[in-house]
Amino acid sequence: MIQAGSNKVASPWSLHGVAVIPDPSAALFLPAEKALIVADLHFEKGSAYAQHGQMLPPYDTGETLKRLAQAIQRYQPECVIALGDSFHDLRADGRMAERDAETLTSLVQSMPDWVWIEGNHDPVPPPRFGGRVLPSLQLGPLTLRHEPRNGQVRGEIAGHLHPCAKVRGKGRSVRARCFATDGARMVMPAFGAFTGGLNVCDPAFSQIFLARPDAWIIGTQDIYAVSSRRLAPQS
Amino acid sequence: MSVHTSLPSRFERWFAARGWQIRDHQLEMLAAARAGEDALLIAPTGGGKTLGGFLPSLVDLADTISNTGAARPYALHTLYLSPLKALSVDVARNLTIPAEEMELGVRIETRTGDTPASKKKRQRERPPDILLTTPEQLALFVASPNAARYFCDLKRIIIDEIHALAPQKRGDLLSLGLASLNQWAPQACRAGLSATVADEGGLARWLVPQTGKDKARFARIIHGRPGPRPEIEILDSAERIPWAGHSGRHAFGEVYARIKTSKMVLIFVNTRAQAEYTFQELWRMNEDGLAIALHHGSLAPEQRRKVEAAMAAGRIKAVVCTSTLDLGIDWGDVDLVIQMGAPKGSARLIQRLGRSNHRLDEPSRALLAPTNRFEHLECQAASEAVAQNQLDGEPLTAGSLDVLAQHIMGRACGEAVDADSLYGEIGHAAPYADLSRTDFDRVLDLAATGGYALASYDRFRRMIKGKDGLWRARDARTAQRHRMNVGTIVESEMVHVRLGGKRMGRRLGQIEAWFIEQLTPGDTFLFAGQVLRFDAMSESDAIVSRTSDDTPKIPSYQGGKFPLSTYLAARVREITHDRKEWPKLPTQVRDWLELQGQVSRLPQANELLVETFPRAARYYLVCYPFEGRLAHQTLGMLLTRRLERMHMRPMGFVANEYALAVWGLRDLSGVNMDALFDDDMLGDDLDAWLAESPLMKRTFKICAIIAGLIERRFPGHEKTARQVTFSTDLIYDVLRQHDANHVLLQAARDDAATGLMDVRRLGQALTRIKGHIVTEHLTRISPLALPVMLEIGKEPVYGEGHESILADVSDDLISEAMKP
Repeated sequence: MIQAGSNKVASPWSLHGVAVIPDPSAALFLPAEKALIVADLHFEKGSAYAQHGQMLPPYDTGETLKRLAQAIQRYQPECVIALGDSFHDLRADGRMAERDAETLTSLVQSMPDWVWIEGNHDPVPPPRFGGRVLPSLQLGPLTLRHEPRNGQVRGEIAGHLHPCAKVRGKGRSVRARCFATDGARMVMPAFGAFTGGLNVCDPAFSQIFLARPDAWIIGTQDIYAVSSRRLAPQS
Repeated sequence: MSVHTSLPSRFERWFAARGWQIRDHQLEMLAAARAGEDALLIAPTGGGKTLGGFLPSLVDLADTISNTGAARPYALHTLYLSPLKALSVDVARNLTIPAEEMELGVRIETRTGDTPASKKKRQRERPPDILLTTPEQLALFVASPNAARYFCDLKRIIIDEIHALAPQKRGDLLSLGLASLNQWAPQACRAGLSATVADEGGLARWLVPQTGKDKARFARIIHGRPGPRPEIEILDSAERIPWAGHSGRHAFGEVYARIKTSKMVLIFVNTRAQAEYTFQELWRMNEDGLAIALHHGSLAPEQRRKVEAAMAAGRIKAVVCTSTLDLGIDWGDVDLVIQMGAPKGSARLIQRLGRSNHRLDEPSRALLAPTNRFEHLECQAASEAVAQNQLDGEPLTAGSLDVLAQHIMGRACGEAVDADSLYGEIGHAAPYADLSRTDFDRVLDLAATGGYALASYDRFRRMIKGKDGLWRARDARTAQRHRMNVGTIVESEMVHVRLGGKRMGRRLGQIEAWFIEQLTPGDTFLFAGQVLRFDAMSESDAIVSRTSDDTPKIPSYQGGKFPLSTYLAARVREITHDRKEWPKLPTQVRDWLELQGQVSRLPQANELLVETFPRAARYYLVCYPFEGRLAHQTLGMLLTRRLERMHMRPMGFVANEYALAVWGLRDLSGVNMDALFDDDMLGDDLDAWLAESPLMKRTFKICAIIAGLIERRFPGHEKTARQVTFSTDLIYDVLRQHDANHVLLQAARDDAATGLMDVRRLGQALTRIKGHIVTEHLTRISPLALPVMLEIGKEPVYGEGHESILADVSDDLISEAMKP
């Protein structure tokens, strides 16, 4: 088992030749760029359901922000990149509790650079929290965007699909969020507290990976790299 | 008898024409109704119980109709509620016969989920005299406009199989519906019907509107004359009786011989998997081509209807079935009931016995076929309990808060209501008679806004309090969505099993999604009486094909469903210890117990025996609480946590109905057993385990769905939006961290006491054994330990970290693919 989540040891994890550190919070740290990447924060997902009659707990934004602040504390990045769908919908901003809005504002302002990549849920991220808004971002050999491009693309980090993986053993199975990668490109797990997952064996992934990707599965403390042939379909 | 003379003459003539004598309990039901009293009728199957329930209605209606003529106004007179829609249909048929023979002109109709919308609409506008329906349909009425007017003329409410409904969440929902009826039709009398009641006082209270704390009210209890004692035989097999397992393979030859010599046999088993297996094995030896059929809840309804019709027509020799045929439907001329495996409770056994000989004057005949040696003890205990008419059953408990939330929302969707009077109304329901105003207000807030400490959803509320002080659903759409989600039965997610290939399209039935998930294409399993090969998933269907293979690769898809009743468990402990009881047991079982006495010890009924022994580089601890698999699994979780803290390095455990085996890497004989089994494990240890237990997350999900916090998914919803839906596990985690006192977490904890974790039973057991633990440190496995030890490898092993699975499969990828 490989211990991830610490930038003190040399990382054995790499993507398209670039060293990366996958964190159990679902964030990805790029040591060379000192960049912390998170995908699909989905702020105010709970209240989005509530306004349609399903009263999910109103604590998801607070919880997501708490974990985000902890990841920033852990890696001390110079740049945070939110890979789109940071806000669950266009009215998420208006539903956000004042306390959460203040936490987010001060988090953004504490960073030298903060980038909101545009997502399909939030094509226009709200401006009041600060940070730059970009359709995509180039970091060295890596392209960061929300929706993964179809076909053979190298050096891309995207979100959008909320990958999860399932593994069987000992008469039981474990299902958890994961980073899906074939070594050349990656789909990141959703970071938001209420975000579900789509099994990496789903056809949606075969449009972007030629073969079924490996999964870097998120455990409670560690990340477990699991070969594609050990992954179970359906979720 | 004076009551008798007051029976209207056309009823007298009808009884006489049939050569029947009206029964005393039927007369007493009439008397209770005339006195305006609620009554609980307990009478054996075939004892005229249904007629006893309806006679007061028919007499009263006959009187009204002869006064007003056929053109009387449409008004609901009697509401009949039963747990099964099939039972409502069956009773309607049985009731229509006397009503027509007496030319009463009574309108009798059923209303179930299958009733066409046009008929339902017509029933709303022009109600029948007698409506036969289910608790869910009543909840729908409550959540619809004009309910008060619809029910205002109601005279009688009849609740059938009341013992089966009352202890469940369905019973909670029904009791709340009855409380609403009490508000709208205070004049209506209630009658409860049952053949098997363990707690008569409890049910008599459940049935009646309560009037406040410390002043319990009870229905009049009316007993029918008991029928002749059933004749129960326990199969003393000539074959070797297995140590463990539930296949019953050794008994099939003898079971088949009995089928041949009987008219029609019902073969009850405890799980669907066992039903499939038994059916397959009986056909394997069916050289005479006997008509043997299969009936369980997962089969396609058309297939079940076919079997039922064939039974009624007498075209069938035997039916292998699960609890789907437990309740009071009279399908045919059954002369023998065979119970494969232990019956788990005496009340269940009596219920099943009632399926044979639906006539009161002949004894029912049953054959119990234990599938292993422990079950012999259990069958012995059960057959004695039946002989002494000792009934067991689930105890009645306080009503669930999630069900209350659903009902409150339902009330707001129907007649607008103010909170004070709703609180008063709900207190009439016995399960909620002790509900505090504080809890009521919390649950009302749960229904309206989710009930969070951080009250940020005020503007999204589902229920709104108007200027008139009355609560109403937010809008028509919200009310409609509520009605679509009424009910307390939350099924596991199911997928259809469908044949592929040329016969594409034919659906064989439904199966749990989690079972299909563990299959890989090519795996074979038993379903609908045949070995099927799993080929693929297509949308929400599992595509399968028939195979000539006759040994399925995946053996089972459901463990034991019913826990051993507390009463039978106590009897089994007595039989185990008391040699005077042994002569009734077969030699094989006696020899086994004898050997246990020599090698280890036979614990007294109030003792807990704990054995330790080494075996193949591991150290085992086996104990025998006899409290059922669920309670043992919880105990296993808690013991391994403690052993871990004691640095005893436990590795896993496995539980069966009678025993629990824990193993580890260090000798467990030095452990202080009194400390290990101390009931303080139900404090912090239990809390810590519950917090992360998948069983608790499942319990929470069910509560959240019933309370209406989460809507049940409907076909077609889930696939398009799979990645944007939410996981209830995540919601549970977030809620626990941010709102630990949330009312739904409380509801889930209450359920954990009795549901999948059976914590209450474990608590009782730990109290019972305090100071009565006897230990035997052995050098090898004991005879009594053998059955549970044989489960190792067959049952999933618990107690190992969930993530060790990930670690296992991750290692080889690292060695082969991950280059630093």
